Amino acid sequence: MKLAIASGKGGTGKTTISTNLAWVAAQSGRNVSYVDCDVEEPNGHLFLNPEITTSRSVGRLHPKVDLEKCTRCGLCGEICQYSAIVRIGQQVLVYPELCHSCNGCTLVCRPAAITQELRSTGVLEVGTSGPLRFVRGLLNIGEAMSASLIRQVKGEMIPAELSVLDCPPGTSCPVIESVRQADLVLLVTEPTPFGLNDLKLAIDMVRAMRLPLAVVINRAGVGDKQTQMHCEREGIELMAEFPEDRRVAEAYSRGALASESVPEYRDRVEKLLARLDNFNPVKLQTQIQELNP
Amino acid sequence: MSAFLTLRPNVDRQPQELVVISGKGGTGKTSILACFAALSGVAVLADCDVDAADLHLLLEPQVIHRESFTGGKRARIRLARCSACGTCQELCRFEAIHAIAHGPNTIKKTLRVDPIACEGCGVCAWFCPEQAIDFRPAANGEWYISATRFGPMVHAKLGVAEENSGKLVSMVRANAKRIAEEHGVRLVLIDGSPGIGCPVIASITGASLVLVVTEPTLSGLHDMERVILLTQQFGISTMVCVNKWDLNPEISRTIEATAQHLGVALAGKVRYDRAVTEAQVNRKTVVEYQHEGCSADIRIVWDQVKAYLEAQSSLEPPAPNSLISDSGNRRWRGDQPQPAKSDRTLPTLPRASQENKG
Repeated sequence: MKLAIASGKGGTGKTTISTNLAWVAAQSGRNVSYVDCDVEEPNGHLFLNPEITTSRSVGRLHPKVDLEKCTRCGLCGEICQYSAIVRIGQQVLVYPELCHSCNGCTLVCRPAAITQELRSTGVLEVGTSGPLRFVRGLLNIGEAMSASLIRQVKGEMIPAELSVLDCPPGTSCPVIESVRQADLVLLVTEPTPFGLNDLKLAIDMVRAMRLPLAVVINRAGVGDKQTQMHCEREGIELMAEFPEDRRVAEAYSRGALASESVPEYRDRVEKLLARLDNFNPVKLQTQIQELNP
Repeated sequence: MSAFLTLRPNVDRQPQELVVISGKGGTGKTSILACFAALSGVAVLADCDVDAADLHLLLEPQVIHRESFTGGKRARIRLARCSACGTCQELCRFEAIHAIAHGPNTIKKTLRVDPIACEGCGVCAWFCPEQAIDFRPAANGEWYISATRFGPMVHAKLGVAEENSGKLVSMVRANAKRIAEEHGVRLVLIDGSPGIGCPVIASITGASLVLVVTEPTLSGLHDMERVILLTQQFGISTMVCVNKWDLNPEISRTIEATAQHLGVALAGKVRYDRAVTEAQVNRKTVVEYQHEGCSADIRIVWDQVKAYLEAQSSLEPPAPNSLISDSGNRRWRGDQPQPAKSDRTLPTLPRASQENKG
């Protein structure tokens, strides 16, 4: 099962829930991978202290122009939608940061002067943390687009096993890439006006992608009751509530797993795992189809 | 270097742009920026966290102008002309074209573009032998100019599951700056998004000052380091503010030491205060909600930031930092927003904006 932990708003507790959930599940004897898809700002390693067994540089393709063969026809610049390749006079300039690796310029080049070259955009690491398998990507600083690295990180998932995907915040490209093809998207929120506003945006995104979703409320007790009411109105399953607890916040601040130091927290994680076991994707899928005819 | 300076004749009349970012999400960017809006007296506000915008919840903007945003094009297959040859599916690098079988007992299929996976590259449309693929501009969102109790605000909403957030950010920023120029307002306050990717880069390039708001957790420390490396790579002056510092004074000290080690000044520390959430529930900035507690700390941070900006604007010629960031801008030329064409009430963007040079 591919379980994506996402949220519209940042800092609502995605990493806390992902790491603890993966850890507790692995301790109970299951084969579990924790997959950190937040390649811009990955934090899971701070809590899981993994031993990295393989680490490799990964990249994206971008065009390389052979000016000897180039006839300066300018078609490459015409097909490119991202201004990543332009002909200016006798020069052909490539801006790799803007390139989306669509391969259009190479395909359109008649004298075959353009080849695709791999450029490193980050590092992909795989390792273990006790019984848990650990995967993460780390985007190079200054790199604008993370989707291709996220795609490669997700390629390290083992299909038949439980993969817990710790997703980046927001609702745009990196998040869409992270939650794509998940069996369930668990949206973590906090019961505040900001939390609810961003939860609604995330719900819209997940529904547009026609993926099953459920909500987890973190830091329950702060703010107001609007989030619970919203989930009820929308018929969205509220899978767990984690009350505001200073001990959990402290464990988080020093990079410790709350499930190791706060017994009540561990109980709640176990209950959430049990609910996930009973979760029936077919039933949820039908609900989605009813919502999105 | 003098050659660079001659390119910037009106530099003293350019409004200054302060961007609040954090690397890690949920550290209090928006709450603190909203307080700055309240404290600044006069500023133009820009919410550049376009895929999870929250500033409007505190400032309750009255929209005076709205416009749809077209960041890119999207492919659509005209089934009547499609011969289902599969060329598009073969060429698409984004797995955005799916074949749907007509039934279990037929090899007939229909090809469809998945609009969410489509990155708008146009390769399918260009190479379709039947010319059956439309490739047209698609609306990716909406942006607004609004009035708030603290001044004009430019904000946006990215369409559901849409791309091009970086372009929309540039659009919001450019319009906020234009409004500031038109009204002689010297300051633009920009709320950024978490992370270090495309929308963050679009919100900080060429800014006068970046304030990194972090929290005393190992994650906060780790993410702050990465985001400072980013601002330094782009040559942008940076300050740090530790929010909720008293939740872990020890890590807070480590953060201060790390910032110092990286050559970044501390703008101040803000204590943890439940009033921030209470104020949010009441749709107010915390400095409006209470005078004491964290509000006192935020005022100190604001004074530091303001002092830095005033010192920077009195420097003439501009600090070398901003020259470096100009060269950073050049790489982003392709992302620059176009001025609003259909709009009669608003004059088009002046060519003098930094981004258009070079």
